[in-house]
Amino acid sequence: MTTSFGNDGITSHNSAPVTLITGTSRGIGRFLANHYLEQGHKVIGCSRKPADWIHPNYEHHIADVAQESDVKQVLKAVRTNHGRLDNLINNAGIAAMNHFLLTPTSVVEKVFNTNVVGTFLFCRESARLMKKNNFGRIVNFSTVAVPLKLEGEAVYAASKAAVICLTQVAAREFAEFGITVNAVGPTPIKTDLIAGVSEEKIEALLNRQAIPRFGTFEDVANVIDFFLKKESSFITGQVVMLGGV
Amino acid sequence: MLGDREKIMATELYNKLIELIIVQAEELNEGLKIQIDVAAGENAALFGEGGVLKSIELVNLIVAVEQAVEDEFNVFLTLADEKAMSQKKSPFRTIGALAAYIEKRMQEES
Ligand SMILES: NC(=O)c1ccc[n+]([C@@H]2O[C@H](COP(=O)([O-])OP(=O)(O)OC[C@H]3O[C@@H](n4cnc5c(N)ncnc54)[C@H](OP(=O)(O)O)[C@@H]3O)[C@@H](O)[C@H]2O)c1
Repeated sequence: MTTSFGNDGITSHNSAPVTLITGTSRGIGRFLANHYLEQGHKVIGCSRKPADWIHPNYEHHIADVAQESDVKQVLKAVRTNHGRLDNLINNAGIAAMNHFLLTPTSVVEKVFNTNVVGTFLFCRESARLMKKNNFGRIVNFSTVAVPLKLEGEAVYAASKAAVICLTQVAAREFAEFGITVNAVGPTPIKTDLIAGVSEEKIEALLNRQAIPRFGTFEDVANVIDFFLKKESSFITGQVVMLGGV
Repeated sequence: MLGDREKIMATELYNKLIELIIVQAEELNEGLKIQIDVAAGENAALFGEGGVLKSIELVNLIVAVEQAVEDEFNVFLTLADEKAMSQKKSPFRTIGALAAYIEKRMQEES
């Protein structure tokens, strides 16, 4: 059985927070996994391919976030191994750059399945476990491509606009379970995700930010740290865009 | 012959499901002003006409029952889907109706 943490919306501090992060094999997710491991969390991560790194408090699952059965298996493992879940970071995501007129339907489906269905499934399954302790923190990933309405990113931006909407509605529905749901919107950060985007495109994009520089992993972690704090129990349904967008 | 055997097995499953739902209903009852009458067993009213649960309370019960079914039988069910909503008689009206519905869904899955 799980130990009781009371219904005061505060996770127990006699045991480490349990944090589930999707897409931890590389990029931002990998950084975040290590960031929270350093803070003493127990971290569970997943990706479609195996992770090439290990840590005693880290457990990796091979899972496709868009597959309901995979997601259920991950949450089942969290429930069996830890009995609870404090934090969910829905980081896994894919991008697609293409002129609207040249975008294949298969790309639309892939992007929406990963970014929207994946985020939905992890929110649903995680909230079911979180509600048992009347505590939870969920952070979803949007992007500055939504407010900037970037040409060539219609499908990606639309999927990340959907993530904002999911976040805001879930925030209301999960409030009574002590679960907050917020989103972070990163600017371009040097990862595989943007490796295929031309330098001029990125330059033009950076110039539309109030602070025209690349984002860093630390910039993203800083926002998430704030959302996860126990003192942030009154912060929900919010979207923080980086770089002054 | 086989038909009979299947029936007996199904009945066992049904009884097991009734027990399982009652355990979850008792847990839910702790937080309820108007409680599920678990003493009435399969006839205990849940939701809808004569039912005692508000919709969010039904959500809590369904989530708990789905999880218990998963733990006990290792099958993942999503009970509140279109199939459930399109039933002439709601599968959520009594504990018995819910058990019968889960039994049917489990047989479809296997
Ligand atoms: N980098 C940026 O400039 C930027 C800007 C704004 C927003 N973001 C957002 O930040 C998040 C992380 O991006 P990133 O730059 O770190 O990307 P990345 O370097 O491409 O890494 C993506 C991670 O997600 C995993 N992943 C992808 N599809 C998956 C699926 N279907 N199931 C499970 N895991 C999956 C990948 O592992 P596998 O391939 O092994 O599955 C990988 O670990 C994304 O949501 C992205 O939209 C990034």
